[in-house]
Amino acid sequence: MATLTRTDVPAAPSRLRSLFGALGLLRESPVAMIGAAIVLAWVIVALIAPLLPLHDPNQAIAPFKFPGAVGPKGDVFWLGTDHKGRDVLSRLIWGSQRVLVWATLATAVAYVVGMLMGVVAGYRGGWWDEAISFVANVLLSFPVMVLYLVIISRLGSSGANIVLAVTFASAPGIMRIVRGLVLDLKTRDYVHAAQTRGESSWYIMLVELLPNARGPLIVDACLRLGYTTITIATLGFLGLGLPPPDPDWGQMIAEAVPVGVFAAHAMVVPALAVSSLVLGFNLLADGLREISLKD
Amino acid sequence: MLLLAARRFASMLLIMAVISFVLFLIFETDKLGVAGKVLGPYSSVQQRELWLEQNGYNRPFLVRYAEWVGHALQGDFGQSVRFKTPVNVLLWDRLANTGLLALCVFAIMIPLSLLLGVLAGMREGSILDRIISFVSIVTTSVPEFASATFLVALFVFKLRWLPGTSSMTGGFHWIEMVLPVTVLVLYDFGYVARMTRASMAEVMTSQYIRTAILKGLPRRRVIVTHALRNALIAPFTVIVLQLNWLLSGVIVVEVFFAYKGFGKLIYDAATFGDIYLIEACTLVAVFVAVFSQFVSDLGYMLLNPRIRFR
Repeated sequence: MATLTRTDVPAAPSRLRSLFGALGLLRESPVAMIGAAIVLAWVIVALIAPLLPLHDPNQAIAPFKFPGAVGPKGDVFWLGTDHKGRDVLSRLIWGSQRVLVWATLATAVAYVVGMLMGVVAGYRGGWWDEAISFVANVLLSFPVMVLYLVIISRLGSSGANIVLAVTFASAPGIMRIVRGLVLDLKTRDYVHAAQTRGESSWYIMLVELLPNARGPLIVDACLRLGYTTITIATLGFLGLGLPPPDPDWGQMIAEAVPVGVFAAHAMVVPALAVSSLVLGFNLLADGLREISLKD
Repeated sequence: MLLLAARRFASMLLIMAVISFVLFLIFETDKLGVAGKVLGPYSSVQQRELWLEQNGYNRPFLVRYAEWVGHALQGDFGQSVRFKTPVNVLLWDRLANTGLLALCVFAIMIPLSLLLGVLAGMREGSILDRIISFVSIVTTSVPEFASATFLVALFVFKLRWLPGTSSMTGGFHWIEMVLPVTVLVLYDFGYVARMTRASMAEVMTSQYIRTAILKGLPRRRVIVTHALRNALIAPFTVIVLQLNWLLSGVIVVEVFFAYKGFGKLIYDAATFGDIYLIEACTLVAVFVAVFSQFVSDLGYMLLNPRIRFR
């Protein structure tokens, strides 16, 4: 990177412009563009779900209709209906809300916990580092699915417990990345400057160190969002996710598989949806990594 | 190097000890709950207390923990509440089935992912590299239960070539292994292929490979005798660590295809609340994971001369 002179530093860019700057960056990688487009499409679908002219996702209308079939009131089931006669398209769209909300929430909580662990371990070092790293090692030695089974079999399945389980499974990995970045960053001049100014160590950790570690963390966050999506859908599939009857992609598949001979679309459609969303996150992460390596 | 290996071994033991303690804490602190699970939901409080007294549950927590560890080390994990058989009998049987599944997965995944990774990493940025990288991103994005759904829809419902369950009720049939193995290979090979590609690409840009090419050695020889040796060190550790991931994937796949393996066992135990069985299964799963980590570290030390000769 070229050394920055005073004129290179833009005068406090507006938030809006920096957002457009970030979007412009995406143009450098077609892979990132495709990934962002897929994710954005699902986010938009989830947001406008209440506005769309959809059937009630939990209402039984007519069972085992194939995609494109016409219902009793002359309405079309674009993606057919499932074994209970519920509209698959409607369940798919409402289900996207659920998976996006919980995946984002769970990843965010895992990030807060993981970043705090990592920044404390990396900056404080010594005894703190030993203790936090040991906790992380213990948690990382569980196969993740086993960890979920243990937590959920003990606490029961609910949204909060899913967030808790994802935090336990993901925070150690995030902690390791942040710790590594902080170990590198804490030798920089601006950290010494802040120490000399007499700033508190929490100020240094939260204001000086974490914002400067954001690059690799953004890539990792995209990957983790994809992975958490898989987790939430898998837990739904295993019957350990959020309680029915509200639509959930994993549950939709689990319910449709036993009767799949008669209505294969009811299980294939949600499987395609999960895969496309995860693919979106993974492509976005891959593209962003490519862009960050170019600079 | 021996010192390093010994330290890794000690940390492995420490982790196992901590995890066993935490597990015991989670599942057996609530004594009446344990009795309720064993005697069933309709047992009275007096019955439960009698059971606790008879089975030595009223002794101090640490004494009970020490006894539990002692028994576990001898392979005695108690009686399964759900299956009404000793846990260890159940465990070995199911582990053998999952071992077979894992063996098939590794036998296909390792050659496939190494081959694809090396082909992609040989010429970074080539068409072949781009295709392989894209395919591996797509396959790792499809969760196991989703790819199982696609394969079942196509090969079971549409073409009717393969059976949709692998419960082996009529004896062992290889054809029932096809779908579970395919699903696991599909999900897992992409990651190893990408790691191999990265490692291979890095080696291909190193000084000694450039020297070998400039010396005029045939390309095939440069790759086979010079590049591969170093390029395969990193994938080795990744492959051993895949065992940890496989244990997660195996749970989903075995439940999906009703395969009577370890993953289905731990799932049944967790959903039923079969305490002794969950404890045993979790300990075994963590042991496999921690041990594979140890083997991976050890292998890396042995394969990497910079550490081996220190």
